[in-house]
Amino acid sequence: MSENHTSEKNNRDSARLPFRAGWSYDPAPESAASIKLDKRYQLFINGKFVPPAGKKWFKVWNPATEQVLAEVAKGDETDVDRAVDAARKTYRQVWSQIPGKERGKYLFRIARLLQERAREFAILESMDTGKPIRESRDIDIPLVIAHFFYYAGWADKLDYAFPGVKPRPLGVAGQIIPWNFPLLMAAWKIAPALAAGNTVVIKPASSTPLTLLKLGELFSDAGLPPGTVNILTGPGEMGMALVRHPGVDKIAFTGSTEIGKLIQQNAATTGKKYTLELGGKAANIVFDDAPADQAVEGIVNGIFFNQGHVCCAGSRLLVQEGISGELVRKLKDRLETLIVGDPLDKNTDIGAINSGPQLEKILGFLSESDEQGFRIYQPDCELPEKGHWCPPTLVEGVSQSHRIVQEEIFGPVLTIQTFRTPDEAVALANNTPYGLSGGVWTDKGSKIFKVSSRIRAGVIWANTFNKFDPTSPFGGYKESGMGREGGMHGLSPYLEVSE
Amino acid sequence: MKTRKLYIGGAFKRSESEHSYPVTDKKQEPLAHLCRSSRKDLRNAVEAARKAFGGWSARSAYNRGQILYRMAEMLEGRREPFIHELEQISLTRQQAEAETDAAIDRLVHYAGWTDKYPTLFSSVNPVAAPYFNFSIPEPCGVAGIISPEDQALIAPVSLMAPVIAGGNTCVLLTSEQMGSVACTLAEVLHSSDLPGGVVNILTGIRSELVPHLVRHLDVNVLILAADDSDMKKEIQENAHLNVKRVHIYEQKDWNKETTQSPYRIMDAQEIKTTWHPVGY
Repeated sequence: MSENHTSEKNNRDSARLPFRAGWSYDPAPESAASIKLDKRYQLFINGKFVPPAGKKWFKVWNPATEQVLAEVAKGDETDVDRAVDAARKTYRQVWSQIPGKERGKYLFRIARLLQERAREFAILESMDTGKPIRESRDIDIPLVIAHFFYYAGWADKLDYAFPGVKPRPLGVAGQIIPWNFPLLMAAWKIAPALAAGNTVVIKPASSTPLTLLKLGELFSDAGLPPGTVNILTGPGEMGMALVRHPGVDKIAFTGSTEIGKLIQQNAATTGKKYTLELGGKAANIVFDDAPADQAVEGIVNGIFFNQGHVCCAGSRLLVQEGISGELVRKLKDRLETLIVGDPLDKNTDIGAINSGPQLEKILGFLSESDEQGFRIYQPDCELPEKGHWCPPTLVEGVSQSHRIVQEEIFGPVLTIQTFRTPDEAVALANNTPYGLSGGVWTDKGSKIFKVSSRIRAGVIWANTFNKFDPTSPFGGYKESGMGREGGMHGLSPYLEVSE
Repeated sequence: MKTRKLYIGGAFKRSESEHSYPVTDKKQEPLAHLCRSSRKDLRNAVEAARKAFGGWSARSAYNRGQILYRMAEMLEGRREPFIHELEQISLTRQQAEAETDAAIDRLVHYAGWTDKYPTLFSSVNPVAAPYFNFSIPEPCGVAGIISPEDQALIAPVSLMAPVIAGGNTCVLLTSEQMGSVACTLAEVLHSSDLPGGVVNILTGIRSELVPHLVRHLDVNVLILAADDSDMKKEIQENAHLNVKRVHIYEQKDWNKETTQSPYRIMDAQEIKTTWHPVGY
């Protein structure tokens, strides 16, 4: 025992281990052969795939290969009218007339059908987004299924969630989702909306619509009444037409704070309910009494999960001064072992950046950092020739007022700052307009509760990071948005309560 | 004739602009002068509210409940002067009695909620992995409250009580013409152990103040209880600047008990979820 201790200590003090040597992995690609994609995908309105009014189409690319996956319909205002009309009619005539327990059965059935086709959805999600198959297979799709299963059970139990009042559905929910977790964000929005008794018009991001369109096919297989969920692909202007449509009773948006503000401007005082799940710039605070190796894993998972395309990413590491040297060294060592490359390879840790413009944005932050004299660290890793890639990146020597510390990058870039006291850590953590999430690492329980209660953010991960569950409410404080998704609290945005 | 003072950061102050405006009683006789708050007064009030937020939100729920109950006691102790003032301004004796009693009851009602609403609206979430996961309400921060033109006592009390019961601080814009009642209410708050800055009360020309309140980046919640299309337009155009939580309460009779609810407390609450691994 004591011998082990000594040798461990010697290892720690010695030079960096040669991680790359002797640790090569053979390729382990997941086969995409089972994915049958149509050449073109139309709009899903009233239970049918129909061509867009404008007869225009746009291409969807695989960001890892830069190959075209399919063409999808470019919807416009006329299509929004058609979809909202279908959703309204279905709400009035069908969905609001069905008892809760029957609504629930449709959702249970959707969950079941998804379970049976989980691998297919996971592969397609990785092809469309560039995220590693390990994540789409083990995190995204299982959570999608769990969300439908969870909210299915609420459909006939809504009265229990709202003490003293009677909840009623709102009508038609207009939903707009981002490209980082396409199917998961769709599930977060569709499942509670339907469980609460609303019908849906949903718009996926232009770069990642394919899994949601496949889900449309699956809705038909599940026998979901036509018009209950309508799927519109198209540009941002079409999304704003959905937001402004008088036939929409509720808006649910996940995306950038910039667009979120535009949506609030359009929805405030119209009587429409709206929930916004916007950007973040989360601090991951590591105290000197934290379990260092676990903290390193948490930091890596916090920022490099899904290439850092995560609104709640732990993109600012705040480390207590006394341990910063050793912790950052361990972190750099860990970065050496991360595998960047083919999203469909089962060994891949970091996949492709979702699009060319997003990569440009990330690289813009890095070149600005370079000009400002910050220390940029990237491990020595080979990147594929085709596709959009960014290795895991650490930026040291920054301070609180720098743009790279204040603004959301949405990429695999972690800034590192140090602090001396808990008060200072909390002050730094709270010093952005955002408030979506935060991380605290310490072995001291009382410190966890004190610090987590003082961080002004909606989700706090203590001695862990980036964990999600359908039973667990998620959402932001301040400019990170309003309203919660997940759990009992995720029901209220889809219900009117009469007192 | 007195000039009624503003209540900012626990102190009674004149407007820094030194401007005031006359208001009349129900017979159109001169009643008092009210301070015409400036943008600077508003900013001072928000600053005082922000400063008070940390301390007030950290008070125990029990303590906040006791202070709200103390406010009710102090209001009851001045029941007659309030009835007199309301009668003088707009109401019949009977109406004034009813409104004052309703205001006392409203404070008692919310005093009792401070240590109960978190139980009702919290959850322990059975996540499918070895983590302890719970969600609790926390106050949003600083609320801006725009009181209606009428119901000079019961409306400000009904709007402010759930906000501060939940640990927020606030800036209250009073009725333009009947604001003197809220100034008298400030004296009740001042003698109720309520820390300075938790409630800040401003009289003035609302069309001058509302745009600045709506645009202020350190105000987290906006509660509009006036049916005023200009104010709604102002909110529509500017509340998004810092993603304010906006609640518009349509015109209603705040004397009714049906207007009180823990859901009014929740209007100025966030939900925070905390995860922690479970294991040896």
